This record gives sequence, structure tokens and C-alpha cells, in this order.
Amino acid sequence: MKYQLDATNLLCPMPVIRTQNRVAELAAGDTLEVHCTDPGVLHDIPAWCRINGHEVINQRREHGVIIITVKVSDD
Amino acid sequence: MDACLLQCLNPQTQENLIHPMTQRKAVALISGGLDSMLAVKMIQQQGIHVEGINFFTGFCVEGHTHAIRNRDQARPKRNNALWVAEQLGIKLHIIDVIDEYKDVLLNPKHGYGKNMNPCLDCKGFMVKKAREWIEANDFDFIITGEVIGQRPMSQRKDTMPVIARESGADDRLLRPLCAQHLPETLPEREGWVDTSQLGAITGRSRHEQMALAEKWGFKDYATPAGGCCFLTDASYSRKLVDMWQHRGSREYSLDDIMLLKVGRHIRPNQRFKLIVARDAGETNYLKGYRGQFTHMAAISHGGPMTLIEGEPSSDDLELAARITARFGQGRNADRVTVEIHPIGGESMKLSIPPMPASEIAQEWYV
Repeated sequence: MKYQLDATNLLCPMPVIRTQNRVAELAAGDTLEVHCTDPGVLHDIPAWCRINGHEVINQRREHGVIIITVKVSDD
Repeated sequence: MDACLLQCLNPQTQENLIHPMTQRKAVALISGGLDSMLAVKMIQQQGIHVEGINFFTGFCVEGHTHAIRNRDQARPKRNNALWVAEQLGIKLHIIDVIDEYKDVLLNPKHGYGKNMNPCLDCKGFMVKKAREWIEANDFDFIITGEVIGQRPMSQRKDTMPVIARESGADDRLLRPLCAQHLPETLPEREGWVDTSQLGAITGRSRHEQMALAEKWGFKDYATPAGGCCFLTDASYSRKLVDMWQHRGSREYSLDDIMLLKVGRHIRPNQRFKLIVARDAGETNYLKGYRGQFTHMAAISHGGPMTLIEGEPSSDDLELAARITARFGQGRNADRVTVEIHPIGGESMKLSIPPMPASEIAQEWYV
């Protein structure tokens, strides 16, 4: 299943916390597209994924919004 | 083994016999600084499974908050707690405690430090949250990077037992860096960790920590000046108290406390306060609040975004426009046109002379 999360106008670590909490509700194989405006997420969400075993499968910018897609692992 | 014989043994020995391969688990309070990093490493070396926990109060000093400003762009845009966890190869659980933390800040049982920092209550609160977390997640004990004598409130030999007691963690709280100077804890008593392999560090000198960092190959670790919390900062604390006094209430939201970290805060009278961006980075940040505040910026010249908090009169708005113009590129011009967007009202343009720096009273700066 594909899901979206709006974390725009939040400064880190709030986008990471929102991502962490949403991922905890999802199943392995689900994807979560996180929409952010703080450029710090470009470092922090991938770092959070690496240490928790999830995978960033896409990263792009659209109209000033950073969109990071996380694939949930079963870890 | 005979069941009767098993019952004669102490509970820990029974547990060891029943589950000989049980790996003990600890959760570490990770601030993102060197001390907690070293404490984790010390415990990992004894075969303990460690995961990290980091509490976000809203007052945490984050690299990203600094990075709002242009001059701080060179700093690494990273969350130091995540970086530490990655260096150590441990999971990190970041917990939002913004709402729960209000009671710690507003009603500290042990009072404040030099500024609005309730350090002793804060540490007790975080250890209590960690204690609740280990109970919910079946972990065995808690570790922190505390060092006796390093902080004037929360890291003294007489206050460290207070934290252990009031948090309910008691002997499940181990401070590896200075454990040899403290009473024995559960993981030491049960033989899960060997005290002789733990630290005996005291005081504010960082030499021993830096030597350990060197030994274990930790480089590029964070060394935040003034600690990891904005509440230890005199300027920030002054702005917080000013906000409470002028609202007549000590309630606050996350946006309130984030905005105190940004811009020049100028209060010309009791009715309103300006938050004037100090550079383009802060202007971009304040733009995110245009829908919630009356705001203004020069349009005839380059200049900062200003948010207005309070209930300004029309004369106040003109005064605010003159102050805004003073901080822009038109500061030496005869007149500057400033566009004002009142919250919920029609926008307007004012052509005003910028206020000379000498007319902005020093006491207006919060």
C-alpha cells in the first residue's frame, strides 16, 4: 500500500518523528511518501532509515517541497 | 535440573540457567553529544544490546535551527542524535515530549538554573520516560552519559541519586562514565556488566572523554557551546519570560518557542512585538508564518520579513514599518515603501522614512 505524510513547515526533528510514528503503523513492503520543507530531512530521514533498516527508494523536489519515499521493512 | 534444586538458587542464577543465552538490553539517553556516545560504546563492549532514545522537548538545540540563518549554512545539516546512533550502529527512538515537557518547565520541583533551565527536573523527567520505555519494551536497564561534577544542577554526586529515585529507575540507572564513583547498580550487581571496565571520570575537564573518543576512533562529534538546550541561554530565556509576561499566561505552543529562536525581537510598547528576520534564511523561515501573523516587508528596497505579534494600533504599524525599513537596504534612503499584510485584513502600502538606529531604544530589544 502507498501512503503519504505531510511534514511541510516542520523543522527537524519533527519530520523524522512523524515519519517514525507513521512507519510504526505500516506493514513491511508499504511505502510512505513524506512531504517536507526543511532541507535537513535530506540527511535525517535517510539516516533514520539506515539505522532502522528501512529504505529510501526515491527523493525529489516539486515546487520547493522535498518528497522522500520510504519503503518499510519488516525489521 | 531438578526443580527443587532450581528453587534453591537466587532468581538471577535461575534465570541464567533457564535462559543461558539471554542477551541483556539497555536503552541509552542520546543527546547527540560525546558523553552519551562514549557511554554506549562502553556498554556495547560488554556484550549488552543497546538502543538509543532521544526526547524532543522543542527547546533542543538542533543544527537545523542554526541552519535557518545564512551564516550557519556551513554547519552540517544533521541531527546529532541520529548521527551518533549511526556511528554506534544502534537504533534510535526519537520521542516527541513537547506537551508533557510543559509541566517540567512551568513547575520545576527543584527550581531553575542560571536561566530558565530546569535541569534537575528535566533529567528526572527524561529518565522517568526512559524507565517507562524499558518497562514497555522489555529492556533491562538505562544508561546515560552523565559525569559527576560536569553540570552544576543535574550532574552532582548529591543530585544524581535524586534523579534515580524520583524517576523510579532506581538501580536500573547506570552511568557508565563515572560508575566507579557511584553506588552499585542492578546490572553491576547481577554481573551483566563488569564495573572494573566502566569509567571513573569526574569534573568538567573533557580530557578523558577526548582520549576515549580518540581511542575508539570517534571524530567530528558535536560539541555544542552552552549545552543542548535553549533554556540555558540567557537571551532565549529573556524572550520566553517576556512572551509570558505580555500574554499574561505561561501557555506556549511549539511555534511560539521556535519563533523565539529566530530574528530580532523588538517590543516598542506593551501592545506589540516585532520579529525582524536577520537575513534571507530567516526571512524564508518567517514566510511560513504569514498566514498566522500580521507581517510586512519593504518593496521599494531589499529587506527583511517582519512578523508582528500582539494588537498594534495604526500608529504602531507605521512605527513597525519604520523599524523594518531600518534593517533593510533602504536604511539610508529618504523614504522606503513597506507593504503591510494585517492578519485578516486588506494589505496596504506605507511610504515612510526609515527609523535611524539611534532612535530605536536599547530597551526595546528583548
